[in-house]
Amino acid sequence: MSMQSTTDIVSRATQLFEDLRFSSAREWKAAQDGRKVVGYLPIYVPRELIHAGGMLPLGIVGGGDQLEVIHGDAYYQSYICRIPRSTVELGVSGRLDFVDGMLFPSICDVIRNLSGMWKLMFPGVYSRYFDVPQNYVDEIGGNYYVNELAELRHDLGELRGEPITDEALRHSIAVYNENRRLVRKLYAFRAEKPWQAPAAEVYVLMRAGLVLPVEQHSEMLKDYLDAARAEDRPRRDNCRVVLSGVFCEQPPLNLIKSLELAGCYVVDDDLLLVTRWLTVDVPTDGDPLRNLALAFLHHSESTAARYEPDQKEKGQHLVRAVRNSGAEGVIFACPSFCDPALLDRPILQHVLSAEGISYIAFKYAENSGQMQPIREQAGTFADSIKLWSGQ
Amino acid sequence: MTTTPNSARAAKDVEKDASMRKQKAMMAAHYDRLTSAPETGEKVCDTFVPGNLNELIRCFDLVNNLPEVNAIQSGLRRLSGGYVMEAEKIGHSEDVCTYVKSDIGMMAKGNLAPNGKPFPVPDVLLLSYTGCFTFMKWFELLREQYKCETIMLHTPYMGDGKITPNMIEYMVKQLKDEVIPKLEKISGVKFDIDRLREYLKQSAKAEDDLVHVLQTAKNKPSPIDSYFGGIYYIGPIFGAFRGTDDAVDYYRFLREEVDQRLAEGKGPVTPDGDMGSERYRLVVEGPPNYTNFRQFWKMFYEEGAVVVASSYTKVGGVYDFGFRHDPDKPLETLAEYCLNVYTNRSLPMRIDMLLNYLDEYQADGLLINSIKSCNSFSAGQLLMMREIEKRSGKPAAFVESDLVDPRYFSAANIKNRLESYFQMIEQKRANSRAVA
Repeated sequence: MSMQSTTDIVSRATQLFEDLRFSSAREWKAAQDGRKVVGYLPIYVPRELIHAGGMLPLGIVGGGDQLEVIHGDAYYQSYICRIPRSTVELGVSGRLDFVDGMLFPSICDVIRNLSGMWKLMFPGVYSRYFDVPQNYVDEIGGNYYVNELAELRHDLGELRGEPITDEALRHSIAVYNENRRLVRKLYAFRAEKPWQAPAAEVYVLMRAGLVLPVEQHSEMLKDYLDAARAEDRPRRDNCRVVLSGVFCEQPPLNLIKSLELAGCYVVDDDLLLVTRWLTVDVPTDGDPLRNLALAFLHHSESTAARYEPDQKEKGQHLVRAVRNSGAEGVIFACPSFCDPALLDRPILQHVLSAEGISYIAFKYAENSGQMQPIREQAGTFADSIKLWSGQ
Repeated sequence: MTTTPNSARAAKDVEKDASMRKQKAMMAAHYDRLTSAPETGEKVCDTFVPGNLNELIRCFDLVNNLPEVNAIQSGLRRLSGGYVMEAEKIGHSEDVCTYVKSDIGMMAKGNLAPNGKPFPVPDVLLLSYTGCFTFMKWFELLREQYKCETIMLHTPYMGDGKITPNMIEYMVKQLKDEVIPKLEKISGVKFDIDRLREYLKQSAKAEDDLVHVLQTAKNKPSPIDSYFGGIYYIGPIFGAFRGTDDAVDYYRFLREEVDQRLAEGKGPVTPDGDMGSERYRLVVEGPPNYTNFRQFWKMFYEEGAVVVASSYTKVGGVYDFGFRHDPDKPLETLAEYCLNVYTNRSLPMRIDMLLNYLDEYQADGLLINSIKSCNSFSAGQLLMMREIEKRSGKPAAFVESDLVDPRYFSAANIKNRLESYFQMIEQKRANSRAVA
């Protein structure tokens, strides 16, 4: 079989990205009797548990800029961010009517409260607020988390009508380990040659991982890496930036494209963290729940929703992201009214200043349409880095 | 010509009953104790109202300092607006919690307590993470400034409407293995569990009296206002006094005072004296606005509207469904207290609670004061309102303001909305009479 081009792969990923009826997940469910789909919101859920139950984990990250929010706005005041209203819109408009369960991770008060709303609005759907420890001691936060995972495993077993075995879970861990390795490879490749793997392409590929079965997504990533390595694409005289703050409500695709058009190669980001939340392989032997718990405690991505107990470590993940990816600056793009991102931003900015790393900041909403100001700001940032860095 | 200073005139104008004056004196004494800490050598623990561990803090001879209460004080004294803008000037987003910004702005402007003296640098930040994510960020911001020890106590959220053994075990383990050893180290005081039990006993006594006071509002007319007046009543127990003899004395005193009002058939005391006849009985959801507190209250009592129950007076502890601090299981009871806090309850639980209030307190309806700053309260309130209207058959209304940012208090809008709401209640009554 001949190798696919990046264009073909990205075209397929873009179709999935644009499909607000989640047709591929619907088709997956319809292909076999008894199949179940479990949705989850940002930023992290252990998808291995859902997969081990033979169910499809479906990432739901709002409605983007193509969804007309008709009902969702009636549920929220003007000062609440966009993602819950477009998620409600997806729900009440029937776009999620095939989803059997919904997990609402511990990220902020808005998503937390949405978990209760979902219980009221969709009583037939299994809905769970998925709490994670903010204490990272094995015998304290670890034990708590193991028990939370056990409860979730039990519930998911009930949902599918059969308990989820350790063996199935170990297999799923291995499958997701491979997927995360491929994601890390792709991120490393982009950091090395960002002109060969534009940020908008990488983004839609990651988005595909939210709706496709993980095995298919891993194939897609392999194909893309092969194709991207084989192609020779023009290199622009762009600066290199890390994009930060985009871990929950998604920026419009145009925003990501605009950054690169304005002269900023995105060489690392905190988009769709669930795809690479655990930063090392989870062991596939021993107690799978304990393995997942310990990986969460000690090998998770850092983000605003996660408490950092060590003041000296606060913000260092961003410094490392800059150093490791060879970035020359950071763009803070935070969703309007996003408490975690916006409250964290000043602390992170102080850390960057202390390290001599340049940054700019702006806000967006998932349905932002006007990119010109962002393009101008990013363009000026790129110029300032190109013209004056190192002087 | 002699002039009366504004503050003195305001104090003279405002009617307060004896308990309110007593409460004010307690708060003033606490601020004096706090600001004298550098001289007295007392160590200071900054912590939050929901999920505060005052009994435990006292076991280590630490004085508590509550940043939300300081922000409220700044709001009431009309200083918070400037503080919020100061914080925005130094890089904090206009979108985020104004309690945080008031605190950060106050620090930038000299960090002065209501007595005009500077707040001490805390020896420890005890991050009791209960019912609000912003708390975590807030203390990360304070830690950056103060560079002092920070202790996290993570309270899981009651997403499924229940407290599980896993939650209790997790919290007790945090208390035993992390919170207590660190507090011992910082304070130099060895933990004595019997001392904790004694304080918990005192807490339970005060809690009994507080619940008695709040439940007098089931009478018609209600002798208290459970929202505006309620904020005075909860001050000591939600603040620095839970577990103290002072709190026991205060709540005993308050109980007697309210019982007396009840016996005399009086309504609540308002800043303009006794309220006239009670016309509307409301349940209120959400915090109040503090920058225009008196003006906001006046919109109610001028119309004869009394708040008979409120969720805000449960934000530092829910006691009216039976929970009391229990000296027989000292650490478990602290965990249970934190878990039970109003904003740590799932939306369906909050709805059930408000429905219970509407029924038990024979209220005419529900009013939601939706606060821009507070997603923990506000996200989901529109659905709560619809659900409660549907299930109770009683009218509900929605107004918006902010905690301590005066830019978000629009008196005309709120007054308009309230007037329409009272008309709606009248209409509902007329319809009921017609049916009868």
